[in-house]
Amino acid sequence: MVGALSFIGDRDNRVAAEAKLDPMHQFQLEKLAGADWNIAGYNVAFTNSALWMGLATLALIVFVAGGMKRAVVPGRWQMAVETFTGFIDGMLAANVGKAGKKYVPYIFSLFMFILFANFLGLMPLGVLGVHPFTFTSHFSATGVLAVLSFSIVLIVGFAKHGLHFFSLFVPHGTPVAMIPIIFVVELISFLVRPFSLGLRLFVAMMAGHVLLEVLSSFVISGGNAGPALFVIAGLPSFVLMVGICALELLVAGIQAYVFALLTCVYLNDAENLH
Amino acid sequence: MPQIAQLGEFYSSQIFWLLIFFGITFFVVGRGMVPKVMDTVASRDKQIADDLKAAEAARAQADSEEAAWRTRENANRAQAQGLIADARAQGAAATTERLAAAQARIDAEIAAAEARIADARRSAAAEIETVAADATREIVSRIAGLSLDDTAVRGAVKENLVHG
Repeated sequence: MVGALSFIGDRDNRVAAEAKLDPMHQFQLEKLAGADWNIAGYNVAFTNSALWMGLATLALIVFVAGGMKRAVVPGRWQMAVETFTGFIDGMLAANVGKAGKKYVPYIFSLFMFILFANFLGLMPLGVLGVHPFTFTSHFSATGVLAVLSFSIVLIVGFAKHGLHFFSLFVPHGTPVAMIPIIFVVELISFLVRPFSLGLRLFVAMMAGHVLLEVLSSFVISGGNAGPALFVIAGLPSFVLMVGICALELLVAGIQAYVFALLTCVYLNDAENLH
Repeated sequence: MPQIAQLGEFYSSQIFWLLIFFGITFFVVGRGMVPKVMDTVASRDKQIADDLKAAEAARAQADSEEAAWRTRENANRAQAQGLIADARAQGAAATTERLAAAQARIDAEIAAAEARIADARRSAAAEIETVAADATREIVSRIAGLSLDDTAVRGAVKENLVHG
């Protein structure tokens, strides 16, 4: 949670500061409240991660509520919200078809929740002393969303097609002799889906934040080491950081999009088989 | 890597709070707000489509009305042309008639004038004959001392006048 920027204040105490120059420190979970809250023996302490989940939820509610004026001629805010719902609606229509309409609430929630989480984690709030926590950089969080999506696919698939859903693992035109092997291969690729879904988002977000942290530590270490090193290492790192920041904003959007898009594709399998 | 190092301690908390907050997101935003936003979009699209349809209908009606007006206008024009042609024919006929009447009157006047001229000429010629015959008889009686028959003198004078 304590990012590189807080390091500036600790310049005098170099030894103590260097211990904080850990790019992984930003992913540290901390109990903020309820360290002893337990449900059926499982600890459910309110952590910094939970705090930012709540903030993402709150921001999303505020954002969508701002677009609820229901004006015939929409204002800017309403237009923005309608663009997002239209985007999700279009994505489902393109990937699942008419039957995809009923998944708009889920896919919209999924996409916007991940998008807001990713963006909030990138906000330069460290300048104000508040260090954002990106809970999408934890596979314990992304995994829940992935399992949720995968469960919906399984439930819809078996509810709609029954055991015929297994024909998903035997593509059309497979030679009879190949069916056992293809079935196993397809089954494995199907079962890998929740892992790839959750890991992709977690890895992308973690990698980006580690990269930003490492580059910012170059800037600060270079600055501390003297003017020459600052010019050689610090400044170029800073310039690179600005570019990487822009890239990370792009990645934040793309990863949310990929998560939602792949869920749509999997839902299409469940709705329409092949 | 805290994600793995702290997994044992925090996994239940992560799962619990994510389900809580994603649940809130899903039920409040996804189920509560998104359908209303999409309803707004759908009703707007419907209104636009209806307006377009109404405009299309209005244009079709205007087109048909224009066509009707055109046929009516064409009929009116044809009728007007007929009236003009009739009037023209009537006028021409009247002119011809009046011209003919005038011609007839002029002809009659000319004939009467000619008859009067002929009469005048005849009476003038007869007077000249009488005068000439009287003069001849007088001359003959003075020069030759002959008393001529009036009829003979007149015949000779007439012959001379004709052949003279």
